[in-house]
Amino acid sequence: MSDQKEKPPVPLEVHDLTVSYHKRPVLWGVDVEVPVGQLVGIIGPNGAGKSTLIKAAMGMLPLDSGWVKIFGGPVEKNLKRVGYVPQRESVDWDFPVSVMDVVVMGRYGHLGLLKRPQKSDREKARECLEKVKMLPYADRQISNLSGGQQQRVFLARALAQESDLYFMDEPFAGVDAATETAIVEILQELREQGKTLLVVHHDLTTARHYFDSLLLLNMRVVAFGPTKAVFNQDLLQTTYGGRLTILSEVADAVSSKAR
Amino acid sequence: MRGLFLFLILVLLSPEIVWADRIGDISQTSMMDQAKRFFSLKDPAVRYALLGSILLGISCGILGSFIVVRRMALFGDTLSHAVLPGVALGFMWNMSKDPVAIFVGATLAGIAGGLLVNLITQTTRLKEDTALGLVLASFFAVGICLLTRIQKISTGSKGGLDAYLFGQAASLNKDDVVLMGVVTVLAVLLITFFYKELLITSFDAAFAKAAGFPVALIQYALMLLLAFSVVIALQAVGVVLVSAMLITPAAAAYLLTDRMHIMLLLASIFGVAAGAAGAFFSFLSTNLPTGPLMVMGASLVFVLAFLFGPKHGVITRWWRRQSRSAQVQRENTLKAIYRVLEDREFEGEGVSLRELAENRRETIDEVRGQSRALKAHQMATLHDEGDSVHLTPEGWQRACEIVRNHRLWELYLTNEAHIASDHVHDDAEVIEHVLGEETVRQLERTLNHARYDPHGRPIPGLMDLKIGGQAAGGPMTVPGYGRPI
Repeated sequence: MSDQKEKPPVPLEVHDLTVSYHKRPVLWGVDVEVPVGQLVGIIGPNGAGKSTLIKAAMGMLPLDSGWVKIFGGPVEKNLKRVGYVPQRESVDWDFPVSVMDVVVMGRYGHLGLLKRPQKSDREKARECLEKVKMLPYADRQISNLSGGQQQRVFLARALAQESDLYFMDEPFAGVDAATETAIVEILQELREQGKTLLVVHHDLTTARHYFDSLLLLNMRVVAFGPTKAVFNQDLLQTTYGGRLTILSEVADAVSSKAR
Repeated sequence: MRGLFLFLILVLLSPEIVWADRIGDISQTSMMDQAKRFFSLKDPAVRYALLGSILLGISCGILGSFIVVRRMALFGDTLSHAVLPGVALGFMWNMSKDPVAIFVGATLAGIAGGLLVNLITQTTRLKEDTALGLVLASFFAVGICLLTRIQKISTGSKGGLDAYLFGQAASLNKDDVVLMGVVTVLAVLLITFFYKELLITSFDAAFAKAAGFPVALIQYALMLLLAFSVVIALQAVGVVLVSAMLITPAAAAYLLTDRMHIMLLLASIFGVAAGAAGAFFSFLSTNLPTGPLMVMGASLVFVLAFLFGPKHGVITRWWRRQSRSAQVQRENTLKAIYRVLEDREFEGEGVSLRELAENRRETIDEVRGQSRALKAHQMATLHDEGDSVHLTPEGWQRACEIVRNHRLWELYLTNEAHIASDHVHDDAEVIEHVLGEETVRQLERTLNHARYDPHGRPIPGLMDLKIGGQAAGGPMTVPGYGRPI
């Protein structure tokens, strides 16, 4: 493989990425190269910039420096190959749409301008709902769902996107154990199909079992590699421990100067 | 705050300006004649007023729906007040009520207000609600001063400008209605063609952005369209109340449906109804401006939806609870009758009120009322001057079902959930009324079609039904219930 000149482009390549919120740097010089077919967990304390990293990778935030490439090309060009599961709290669950409507939205990115969802799109959405075992709820209004059911609807919508690279923001937040297991199985199945997944995750104890690789993040990349290699006391201490106080103090200083 | 404004307006503008020309100013004619004139549609002023009100109802209804689900109601309010200086400047352009000049001026003022809100929230620590309030107040104040200036300096040609405050559908002329038609058609077309984009960005902006939709562009386009529809509605509804025509029909629709496209449809129907009603009553009673009448119509629709909406209506929910508890009460009476019959080993027909009262530990009067309720629902017949209750086949079937549900559930809790048999009764009292046939079948299978409950009482099945059927004087078998053992 190494002597082969033309390697297929990696799903996600992030180079020297710096992102700020209100002038306060949240991510510093992040370098990541995610190979294809990996289930990657993004781990780090609160405010480490986990959500910011995936949002920046999808081109949703202005970058201070650095660049992101998706499948070797600019982000905007390859958004059709990207699937997204936002945090569950990010939407109004009283919105007047049915479960089916939400999942069909996963198809919208593939439809052209002025095109309405076709029967085939509804079929696809049904399949995805079936996969997350939410088909019986297809016609329900979304406010009548439990937290775990809401999360499964979001997952079904992402499945309907039929993407090659997935970003998921805490898909396990507030779901019951059975749902969590079901979601993990679906993620692993996607990985088997050669998809690449980056999943923001909070729980350290399950992280080591769920993911092939871990990205330990605290404003900058502490470590990125196979779970076995990076899941150790030392690196976790660095990620979660107090050794990075200087970095965050500097960030504060930068933001106060900017004002 | 708005009350203060209204007071100021009334002080600044003399009364004869506020209450100037109505639709067909013929005060001598009776209301009946006025109504006839309205419905004959012979008067062009009536036609323009009605058509204009319908058009603004449609555009306000559909845009208002997006405002409501996007939580931008306050933005709509601010926008509608912020356009006032633009109206005045548009008039001053050539000192006449030129619809296009006023439209352009008002839209520009609205955009300026919107941008100012953005600027304040982005550059200061102030939050959006404060910024909206600031812009609303300051723009409106400027608008009032400009309008007052115009009233003072102009001679005669000022006609109709006061309509912009409280609305006067009568002041609409052909050009106004043409402009309203253009904007409404534009709004309907854009929302039809870009429904998918509007829906996804309204529901989940982050996801829409990740899927490659131009979220900010769609947001601005929607705001521009909103500004357009506010401006065309201005003359008929007035600056002060135009935001109510955006919010109220949409809010009523939101209470009635769980689907966005139906909400759009309902909101525009409500908008049209309120608009037409406002135009009509304003024509009928020559002393009232159109805007408040339209908003009162829309508010009436909202109150009806709030009280009687089939799903979320307050009265509807209360009624549903009431009939539910009445049903539980009836079912408990049926159960008591079954128990009395069971204690007699199903000897004899009918149960006396005294027996029933003893079983239920209630007074004769109470059980008399309950037995009448059963009779009203064809569950029982009353004999011996109402002292004896005989179950009808329907009543007998339901009684068996309830007792069966109760005892099956007790058995299930004892056997499968391992709850002590003296702990299961209260739970079964609630569950017996809500178990569906599907669940009952499942329970029966799980419990191997057991025949006795944890207290040793038989669970009703086909055999009991036959005996009981005789006791109730009904047919030997009751169709639709039970399975052969």
